[in-house]
Amino acid sequence: MSLVDRHIGFVHALRDAGLPVSLAEGLDAARALQVIDLVERESLREAYAATLVKKPANRPGFDVLFDLWFPPTTSGLRQREDVDLDQAPVPELREHLAGLLMDGTESELRAFARAMVGRFGRQEARPGRQNWFSYSVLRALSPETLMAGILREVLAGQERGGLAEKTARQRVNSGIRRFEEAVSADVRRRIAEDSGIEKIARSAVRPPLDQLDFLRVTKADLARLRREVHPLARRLAARLTIKHRKGRRGRLDFRRTVRASLQSGGVPMDTHFKPPRPHKPELVILCDTSDSVSSFAHFTLLLTYALREQFTKVRAFGFVDTVDEITRFFQPGADVLDAMSRLATEADMVRFGRTNYGHALETFAERYGDAIGPKSSLLILGDARSNYQPPALEVLKSLAGKARHAYWLNPEPRRQWDTGDSIATDYGTVVPMHECRNVAQLTAFIEDIA
Amino acid sequence: MFASPADVTERLTAVDYLSDDAISTSVFLAAALGKPLLVEGPAGVGKTQLAKAVAQATGSALVRLQCYEGLDEARALYEWNYKKQLLRIQATSADDDIFTEEFLLERPLLKAIRAEEPTVLLIDEMDKADVEVEGLLLELLSDFQVTIPELGTIVARRRPYVVLTSNATRELSEALKRRCLYLHIEYPTPERERDIVLAQVPSLPAGVAEQLARTVATLRALELKKAPSVAETVDWAHTLLALGRGDLDEETVAETLGVVLKHNSDHERAVKELGLA
Repeated sequence: MSLVDRHIGFVHALRDAGLPVSLAEGLDAARALQVIDLVERESLREAYAATLVKKPANRPGFDVLFDLWFPPTTSGLRQREDVDLDQAPVPELREHLAGLLMDGTESELRAFARAMVGRFGRQEARPGRQNWFSYSVLRALSPETLMAGILREVLAGQERGGLAEKTARQRVNSGIRRFEEAVSADVRRRIAEDSGIEKIARSAVRPPLDQLDFLRVTKADLARLRREVHPLARRLAARLTIKHRKGRRGRLDFRRTVRASLQSGGVPMDTHFKPPRPHKPELVILCDTSDSVSSFAHFTLLLTYALREQFTKVRAFGFVDTVDEITRFFQPGADVLDAMSRLATEADMVRFGRTNYGHALETFAERYGDAIGPKSSLLILGDARSNYQPPALEVLKSLAGKARHAYWLNPEPRRQWDTGDSIATDYGTVVPMHECRNVAQLTAFIEDIA
Repeated sequence: MFASPADVTERLTAVDYLSDDAISTSVFLAAALGKPLLVEGPAGVGKTQLAKAVAQATGSALVRLQCYEGLDEARALYEWNYKKQLLRIQATSADDDIFTEEFLLERPLLKAIRAEEPTVLLIDEMDKADVEVEGLLLELLSDFQVTIPELGTIVARRRPYVVLTSNATRELSEALKRRCLYLHIEYPTPERERDIVLAQVPSLPAGVAEQLARTVATLRALELKKAPSVAETVDWAHTLLALGRGDLDEETVAETLGVVLKHNSDHERAVKELGLA
């Protein structure tokens, strides 16, 4: 494959993975290739990144594809090792890995990962065919279990549980993460070598954070999402203030208009307006906190609370099959993780433990019905899966009638609505229901209502 | 300006800016391709400092445009000197041309375009400015020229090296991003941060700098509202030096944590997670 073909193929692969690469940017990248040293792989990577990737969220996907299209040279890299990586017994390898996790350089770690994939990652599928797996490598070496030994060695008699242990733990954890990444990168490279880049490229790239499906997030993703809450809220707030300032003018300022008219002999040539009254809705959030949708509900709650200044008042209620007010957990300055764990243990939202929308709505109307007034917007978060219980549509209708606006956000993809025990359309006829599967859709929605 | 990315690294190091692969390559490409460089990243990772370091390393003059809400053409690009024009009309016959060079007040962007000597133009905190300012910049960034209706188009005599920075409080427009090379600076690795601290605070013992960098990395791994920035790490180093502490033990950390964590909830969280109480 010539360099031009490889370049074109790479740009196409990026576009296939959803990165917006324009024609002009592709040309910039080609120009950049002329001025940098192509042998330096890292500067080639950064040259591509500088010209093609203009959103940090797209960078992880870019790196995966770059490693596939411009794989590292592996021949002649074998350094002089004090361990023979092909022959050494597993305990010795683990010891070597433990050393690398504490203070190995990036390239040492990667070289080790390559050797380990070569040794443990192969599985014969058919005669002449082979598959590569990262889990078999990680199972053979099980890096997580190295922690105790490393800590013992590093702390060497110091008191446990203190700052020193935390720092060491953090260091080892980040080392393990880098090792796992290096292993899966090398596995992908070997698969691509065996069966072509295109085949693996499609499945290798994960969607960027704001496109991640709420219902499929892993624990690690959720932590990353939580980290994004405050920057996201800041961005949204900035956009909302711009929108409000640019928006309609306020009412006619009669006094100033008449005063100004004196200049033109009593003819009101220039009209003056009062600044618009800021529109700040009162928000009442009613959210399903059962396990199936909890990550979605939690993220949305955090975001609305981070945006507190954009609303006059926010009250939140959580339910599984009965309702409790959860506003108290989100006091200003409260710790996010704390709020979440207290929410799970202290709030009284569960009676029998199976989601029951009908009963939750009835209890809500009975106990907290006066929370909703003509100024408030009602926001319901949930998947409308009620375990075949009566839906209490009438109650919802009266609640929605009392509120100024009512919205329902459903984290399920639209095509799954009304399947199984979902009664999305029934509720959807009473309260307009929006699909809200990822952060991008959620921000678009919040921008609309605030 | 630069011979290669390695050359960039070397010359930036000479002015006490420690660069990495990403920074060096982007800085080099911006010079080699003659394109503006858009730098994004969290607050306090050295975005503005990068522009200053490039200016210092290449011996260029630094022209800085600080963006803020309400920044407009008259303060960014040029303005006519109305007082002088008025006086001229009153003093001489009315058909004198009052739209000439003589009456033009130079603002940062025009100054950078017309500079004779090598110049680094720093457009700082682009995201603070209104969206219209981006439109104003498009002509400048793609063709390095400015059109003044009364005078015509002024083309750069010598292309300035343009650096834009942004904290990403709002998304910059696609049109602007397309014209720029993009560099995202993240928090540095502990090793690099140690070196940065040592470069900025040379009198700090190397062992303390190492501890400091590791502790800050641990703090950043916690879920905080505002993670400590590099600038704050350097402040912390200064603090330790001023207090005369030769070791970063738990007591010292607990006493001086306020230097790096500025939210009460972050402070409490760190104390709890690190077992400092």
